[in-house]
Amino acid sequence: MIKAENQFELTLPALSQNEGFARQCVSAFLLKLDPTVSDLADLRTAVSEAVTNCVVHGYRGRETGMIYISVRCFDDRRVVIRIKDKGCGMADPEKCRQPLYTSDPSGERGGMGFAIMESFTDGMKVKTAVGKGTTVTLIKKLS
Amino acid sequence: MEQAKVSSEFCGGVLYFRLTGEIDHHCAPFIREQMDRDLYFFRPQRVILALDGIDFMDSSGLGLILGRYTKIRDMQGVLEIEDPTPQIEKILKLAGVNRLIPVKKSKAQQG
Repeated sequence: MIKAENQFELTLPALSQNEGFARQCVSAFLLKLDPTVSDLADLRTAVSEAVTNCVVHGYRGRETGMIYISVRCFDDRRVVIRIKDKGCGMADPEKCRQPLYTSDPSGERGGMGFAIMESFTDGMKVKTAVGKGTTVTLIKKLS
Repeated sequence: MEQAKVSSEFCGGVLYFRLTGEIDHHCAPFIREQMDRDLYFFRPQRVILALDGIDFMDSSGLGLILGRYTKIRDMQGVLEIEDPTPQIEKILKLAGVNRLIPVKKSKAQQG
């Protein structure tokens, strides 16, 4: 395994008021790599989607827990961001990944979270287990 | 981080909203409430939503726009989006919103 050149970890409660802070932190860390405006905006948006999913769905129907974020940068300008919750998990992750799918009936959520994460990065992995939680890994090679 | 805000102006049947700051899941409900209050008060025929002042928007903003689109359509009005930033334009295109809601450039932006 290639050793990361630099990395940082952030753990914070899955509360909506932390969404802005979480993406701000990741963005501040990545700034040192001198990313393009577009690469940075893409990653900020993808991170915001993953963190929002932890807040909205991660701990649904149970006591709110933590969001675990780790960011690793490699020599080849690859950035790997892992966003994890230890909440309820997804029974059908393939369905959740479908564009426009949302479990929210209010019509106020677009169901585009996973589609944005997928399209704004070079790779996305989802690992989930019911009752154990969900880990989303976002990979992007900075230009 | 600049907090999300919405300002509104009503003139000649047209309701003009301008969003600024960072639109995410946390602030979307406050913005939604304010916009809906104006929509029900003025019942406009045409609504313009200016997005040039937005620093950040994710799919929660998309939900906010689509939710307002449905409300305005139900009130027999039309919604137009004005001056999205390149990043917002990317999100709108990905979701196909640009096929549903006309996206325009204001005179100021056309320069």
